[in-house]
Amino acid sequence: MEITARLIEKTATPLSHKDFVQGKVFTVDCEPDLRYAWDDGVAIGRYLKELKQGRIMARRCRECDRIMLPPRMFCERCWRITDEWVQVEDTGTVNTFAISHVDWTAGRIHKGQRFYTPAVIEIDGASAGMGILHLLDEVAPEKIFVGMRVKAVWRPEAERVGAITDIKYFKPV
Amino acid sequence: MGLRRVAIVGAGMTKFVRRALETPKELTYEASRMALDSCELSLKDIDTVTIGTGPDAFDGVHMNGEFLNDGAGAYRKPVMRNYVGGGTGVFAPIHGWFHVASGLFDTCLVVAEEKMSSCHPHPAGAFLTIFDHTTEQPLYPTLIWIFAMEMRRYMHTYGITKDDIALVAVKNKKNALDHPAAQIAQEITVEDVLNSEVLASPVHRLDISPTSDGAVAVVLAAEHVARRITDKPVWIDGVGYALDTAYWGTRDLCYPEYLEVAARQAYEMAGIREPHKEIHIAEPYDPFTYKELHHMEGLMLCGKGEAPKLLADGVTQRDGNLPVCPSGGLLGVGNPIAAAGLMKVVEIFLQLRGEAGKRQVPGRPTTGVAQAWGDLMQVGSVIVMRN
Repeated sequence: MEITARLIEKTATPLSHKDFVQGKVFTVDCEPDLRYAWDDGVAIGRYLKELKQGRIMARRCRECDRIMLPPRMFCERCWRITDEWVQVEDTGTVNTFAISHVDWTAGRIHKGQRFYTPAVIEIDGASAGMGILHLLDEVAPEKIFVGMRVKAVWRPEAERVGAITDIKYFKPV
Repeated sequence: MGLRRVAIVGAGMTKFVRRALETPKELTYEASRMALDSCELSLKDIDTVTIGTGPDAFDGVHMNGEFLNDGAGAYRKPVMRNYVGGGTGVFAPIHGWFHVASGLFDTCLVVAEEKMSSCHPHPAGAFLTIFDHTTEQPLYPTLIWIFAMEMRRYMHTYGITKDDIALVAVKNKKNALDHPAAQIAQEITVEDVLNSEVLASPVHRLDISPTSDGAVAVVLAAEHVARRITDKPVWIDGVGYALDTAYWGTRDLCYPEYLEVAARQAYEMAGIREPHKEIHIAEPYDPFTYKELHHMEGLMLCGKGEAPKLLADGVTQRDGNLPVCPSGGLLGVGNPIAAAGLMKVVEIFLQLRGEAGKRQVPGRPTTGVAQAWGDLMQVGSVIVMRN
């Protein structure tokens, strides 16, 4: 006789919402209020400082001749220290994208709220295929396409804090 | 290499459900006990235990491996927990294989468990912290976003349509109707998939496996022990695993390079030169519809961009030349992350023993492959099995 059919009959009792409403199952709730402060590090530290100035800076590895975004102090391919900082453009090309109706907790967006339109954007001046994650806006979701040319929309200088969100989003050129 | 041959000799699993009454320890106990019962062993026959379980953030329990220790029968035994995200379920038996193949132990109980339902409002939120904390998390990404982007890149590169891909859900959910552990088996059409709620275009509700609770276990034994335990051992003839860079935006998402690396390692060990001819049955990881196709290509069961054609031609149906996910996969049986991968290993084990019941594929398959995938779309774990 097959192993699974013989064995799984009485395992894992499925629960429904009703079981909780009717008090058949008790739960203990825990909401730990912890916060993390992640230091930005050497490479990303410089990246953020430059973003605050309205510039995107990449790192070049002379061995594989890649200009890398996000910048890194070591090249993961050649496994050596990267060599220099290179300023790249704030324009690029959409490598791929999504039109999302859900937020990070899988919650559905509100009625009338714009869909999230995240994209992988290959930044001009960095090596081909060097994409970064960011958001698209000022474009109807159905008009977005792979290969679309886009440009960064920066926060006003006074509002920049040295974060990836100093770029509000990318919009079509 | 001086390695010993290792067989799977027993298996057990719980039902996969959206929310289980049982605690993680209790689920782990059920699966472990069943695995031992299936080969008529007792805990004293087990030399060592490996535990595979996913992010601690699902359970909200730090050191989840230690937490599961008692349920897994690992009390005062040599025990190790392993974790490579969604790849854990196939990595766990590879980890167990190390222990036995090396000669250190003769038997190993491999247990994989996941209870996702404890995390609220939705376990998807637990994945926020897998993204880079400085350059990505401030944008509040979710895994569904990056999978939607990977699916689009795959479709764009090879000219694949959503209709082509939706057939995976139709096939797997139907296969799962014959699986006694299945959570969301159903008969659906391509139209049902395309008309289901859009979560993140191009991904629809029916393109995604559910969140689940469940546990699976297998017993591994060295050759001389395995032959005493059963007259139908299933041999682990090849293992492979690889992680790609966590700079996921630096990779071309159209093809799973990490999997090709892992598969080549496993095939070389198993002496497989032409996987599309020599492998009779496959359980590639299918948390999303497109991933089954993506992974068939990474496993080199067909050329790049060619998996949709095999699917459309019926080749990957249970009665086709290359049955793929005859279990019903994650899309039909369910997706308690680590346990789901090990469920695939169990499916190949049962199929190669001829004990898969209504799910049994015809033609007496002798060679099968199981595979899982995880972390930031970067890990591939592969096991080749023969009877």
